[in-house]
Amino acid sequence: MIDVYNIYDKMDKNNILLSFKGDITSELLTSILQIMENKMDNMQEEPKTKKKVYNVLVECLQNLYHHMDDATDTNGDKNRSAIFMIAKNEGVYNILTGNYILNENIHGLKNRLDEVNACNKEQLKDYYKSVLNNGEMSLKGGGGLGMIDIARKTGEKLGYNFLEIDNKVSFFTLIIKVTQPQLI
Amino acid sequence: MEKYAIEGTPKTPTISFDIQNGVLEIKGRSIPENSIEFYKPLVDALDKYSTATKPTTTVNIQLEYFNTSSSKCILDVFKKLEGIHKSGSAVTINWHYEEDDEDMLEAGEDYQAIINIPFKMVQVAE
Repeated sequence: MIDVYNIYDKMDKNNILLSFKGDITSELLTSILQIMENKMDNMQEEPKTKKKVYNVLVECLQNLYHHMDDATDTNGDKNRSAIFMIAKNEGVYNILTGNYILNENIHGLKNRLDEVNACNKEQLKDYYKSVLNNGEMSLKGGGGLGMIDIARKTGEKLGYNFLEIDNKVSFFTLIIKVTQPQLI
Repeated sequence: MEKYAIEGTPKTPTISFDIQNGVLEIKGRSIPENSIEFYKPLVDALDKYSTATKPTTTVNIQLEYFNTSSSKCILDVFKKLEGIHKSGSAVTINWHYEEDDEDMLEAGEDYQAIINIPFKMVQVAE
């Protein structure tokens, strides 16, 4: 039996505003963005906060969308699934995403995240501009700007974790904090 | 082709390109998953325009949100405009940002630093 109350209780205690697990489609993203916009309107968030959260959500969710297939070859459809959660604790939004990644790709991703985290505000601006101007656009569209943009807009370090599932895949978790601008 | 227009959607902006008067407007949200596909017709229209430009070209950008995949495509649009500017049509880019939206102002300044066209930062009320 699934312990529904247990899941409810965990979500309640962590102040989860919205959570989803499954295949990430374009239509789903449209709906989720709309739901979050309405929620933030209802909570009467400052326009500034709303914009930041919305921007970061778009990048996080589209990251998931573009990387849905990355780990499916080895393990069939089982890995074509992701999770994301949006929580709000004491005025701070937390956006958490989780998806499978091939172990061989961890090194490259970790390096990129560390590189972004090592930058200060000015360095992020220069990094963004150089990738924007010189970087090759990947077919999936991202082109490596997403993480830099998230770090720039939030002014926070990107939290992450890799959990090894087996010798082929790991579960990658990204944790993004969005602090309300007036509290900075 | 005198006019090129696309209606906006929740994920894509309204685009109107009045070729007769040399006025291009991009308004709304630009957060499609596949930006290259969305912007290709505009880039093609600019290519065509570059063969018979007006003396001046005015570009009004008023975006509420844009994702990073759009940011590359917008740069491609600006690069086309840079070519048009160099070849003799005086291009001005009016970059609109909402009051207090520092991120959008900074985004405009990033483009201004990369692209060799006069930019005007225009503040609008929320």
